[in-house]
Amino acid sequence: MSDVLDRPDIGHNADDHLKVVGTRPIRPDGADKVTGRAAYGADFNMPGQLVGKVLRSPHAHARIVSIDAKKARALPGVKAVITGADFPNLADEFHEGGEAASNLRDMAMNVIARDKALYHGHAVAAVAAISSAIADEALALINVTYEVLPHVVEVEDAMAEGAPLLHPRMFTEGLEAKPDKPSNVAKRNRIARGDLDAGFAAADVIVEGRYTTKATHQGYIEPHATVASWAADGQCNVWSSSQGQFMVRTYCAKVLGKEISDIRVTPAEIGGGFGGKTVIYLEPLALALSRESGHPVKMIMSREEVFRATGPTSGAVMHVRLGAKKDGTLTAADVELKYQAGAFPGSPVGAGSMTALACYDIPAFRITGYDVVTNTPKVAAYRAPGAPISAFAVESAMDDLALKLGIDPIALREKNAVHNGTKAAYGPTFQNIGYVETLQAIRDTEHYRTPLGPNQGRGMAVGFWFNVGGESTAAVNINEDGTAVVVTGNPDIGGSRASMAMMAAETLGIAVDKVRPMVADTASIGFSMLTGGSRTTFATGMAVVQSAEKVIAELKRRAALIWDVNVDHVMWKDGSAWCLDPAKADEKPLSLEAIAGQSARTGGPITGQTSLNAQGAGPGFAVHLCDVEIDPETGHVTVLRYSAAQDVGKAIHPAYVEGQIQGGVAQGVGWALNEEYIFDRDGHMENAGFLDYRVPVASDLPMIDAILVEVANPRHPFGAKGVGEAPIVPPLAAVANAVRRATGVRMADLPLSPPKIRAVLDAKGG
Amino acid sequence: MSKTHVSTTINGDPVEFLADPGMTLLDALRDELELTGSKEGCGSGDCGACSVILDGRLVCSCLVLAPEAEGRRVETIEGLANGSRLHPLQQKFLEHAALQCGFCTPGLLMASKALLDANPDPTETEVRYWLAGNLCRCTGYDKIIRAVMDAAAELRQERV
Repeated sequence: MSDVLDRPDIGHNADDHLKVVGTRPIRPDGADKVTGRAAYGADFNMPGQLVGKVLRSPHAHARIVSIDAKKARALPGVKAVITGADFPNLADEFHEGGEAASNLRDMAMNVIARDKALYHGHAVAAVAAISSAIADEALALINVTYEVLPHVVEVEDAMAEGAPLLHPRMFTEGLEAKPDKPSNVAKRNRIARGDLDAGFAAADVIVEGRYTTKATHQGYIEPHATVASWAADGQCNVWSSSQGQFMVRTYCAKVLGKEISDIRVTPAEIGGGFGGKTVIYLEPLALALSRESGHPVKMIMSREEVFRATGPTSGAVMHVRLGAKKDGTLTAADVELKYQAGAFPGSPVGAGSMTALACYDIPAFRITGYDVVTNTPKVAAYRAPGAPISAFAVESAMDDLALKLGIDPIALREKNAVHNGTKAAYGPTFQNIGYVETLQAIRDTEHYRTPLGPNQGRGMAVGFWFNVGGESTAAVNINEDGTAVVVTGNPDIGGSRASMAMMAAETLGIAVDKVRPMVADTASIGFSMLTGGSRTTFATGMAVVQSAEKVIAELKRRAALIWDVNVDHVMWKDGSAWCLDPAKADEKPLSLEAIAGQSARTGGPITGQTSLNAQGAGPGFAVHLCDVEIDPETGHVTVLRYSAAQDVGKAIHPAYVEGQIQGGVAQGVGWALNEEYIFDRDGHMENAGFLDYRVPVASDLPMIDAILVEVANPRHPFGAKGVGEAPIVPPLAAVANAVRRATGVRMADLPLSPPKIRAVLDAKGG
Repeated sequence: MSKTHVSTTINGDPVEFLADPGMTLLDALRDELELTGSKEGCGSGDCGACSVILDGRLVCSCLVLAPEAEGRRVETIEGLANGSRLHPLQQKFLEHAALQCGFCTPGLLMASKALLDANPDPTETEVRYWLAGNLCRCTGYDKIIRAVMDAAAELRQERV
């Protein structure tokens, strides 16, 4: 573990011309968050609000024959009971949200079941009452008659001939010939290039394996929560914790059959999301309960409900086959990915396929992905959705290849690395990537050269994430004293207010503490896609900078008016206007404060707003190095040391970039070692709580050395690339490869929990 | 179901409220007293987001019944700062960027305070084990541990 005091100097700035970007100021929302004042989803209340609660299916798969709510409705204190019949039936309609496209019809059916409950925990009815106790009592009085159906949980079971069908009218898309029978396989996708047979024929060595991962949950500590009000005139207000207030508004309007202008959504502070709050669960139920009862309704999920009814990510079964020359040059790769989607189509197998070989330049490859529905909660995005899963398989196979050939694992990656100009496996041609620099950064660490002790192993793995741009709006408003407010529509999930304020301050040439960033409700700023896809600092940041540039243009125009010169003779520098007109050489610079103070006399308030659809997000590459020690007695794996290098483009606020990397590593380590959905024979999750679904705690982890590699993205004003998702891609394999090198045995089934390690050691006679 | 009258001391102030017999201290703080700084992440004592200090001892307020607060002293996140002056732990959490979403932060701060009250000079390992009852899903704990160690050093300095 590294020394606690070895922090880089606060205020260090590599780029001489930058004064704010690249420094580490205290975040503008910090004081409220360390004093308990920040208001999260469950911290908001309205006068007269009711408590809303959900009745959930006790079966993994069942036809809902009838719902009798007469007794519940008659209970004193109960103000409303709703079922699927209270919602419109929607047609298939796909909506691009920022992380992955969602079918609104499926989303509506996931919010509340209609004719069938498709997983244990699927919402079937909801009540609103004057107290939590009465709401609980009411739920128990709702009589639902179910016809229990056979269910299926595991992905390959769901693909098998004769498996129980979740959606009898679903036919596999993406096959050469249209199938004549329905299937749980919603879609097959394929990416291929080159002559696969020739590639394998040209190989000197071939490695292959079957790899499995279990469903894991995003595990945000804040359960979903909302307060919703449906007024007598049909106008709706929603307060909720989500990754996108505009996403909540759009989806609620669709699910309830409302016009978008009838709904205003105010974002609460969000207590973690990691992709899991890119969809809606409670908001439409709370709105419908408010409509029926005439009162505002507050709903909060329990932790058990979060596990049973909100998106985990997919469990998966994968096959990887790699062919290479003796010198390590890859000749062919065949990758097959089968991902659980949960109750409705839409697993991240598409992204898992596109990222699987994105770090490699291979002449011949084939990637086949299957999106498979199962009687489990509908998966939701989870940090680089799909990528950690396929990377686990490919990077495990790459490690076996390195071992088989006796080649250093970093050298093997370098030999096959993508470069600028390489056509990526998923299509585009890479530009301005920093992959080999990131490999080099790990090779250069002291960590990589440190000797290991007994029962210890060192693993490395690489990972890729696209990062996205998309639609964002930002406004920069200059106050009359020369300070500024930056308004965006993106919930701040990990410090983005700080980076927005910093980019505005840098552009305007003023101190960062003169800029207050705020996240506005849907009626107070233009549309913005949700916070996801590592897009906010890139895309919304771009909108902030362009808005600040508009403000500067206006400030120059005002200065020109004050000086009575042509605006072409005004320069903006260091937060002031400078007069360049030779006839007015005596004019002193006019500060932002001075111009703002006279704004009423020069044309009124000074503001700038930008709406854009940002393109050109730079992809992120991560290279991780992990040391583990195995306890031969218990089979427990301790992560001793971890180094994570990543091409971040340009770190706007390096401390929060490091934090993204460290957090992604921690989640990945949990996925590798502990975390899994465990289902019993009836398809019920057995470990729906933090005691038995064990996420990493402080004593499970070492310090995590985050190494920032800065290969600028020229499409962003300061060179930023998305940073939040790439760091969860390599850890699954980095940990597994370390365990492989410590035990001598390839373990291909996550999580690498103590009983599995013990079994391996026992089989070795250890 | 008649309610119980509870008299207690919260952050040094005398407080009275009525509680259902089954009400948790966390619900009393949040719903009766509008002290929403303590968070509910699990309701089962596994996540530590509701950590408060009860008569000097760190507890999960979701596992304490509200009537148990009768006659006792409760310290919550709302009382950690000295007026508008942040506690060194709060200041160091900010300086070290030891929070991202901030939801676990009140609980982690109270757990850290209980640690430093009991052990002013903890090792990194001691900090990690003491805070093992407080889940953070954002940070990977690295910067939290550094912030607590740094705050401990500053508090020791203040005592000299």
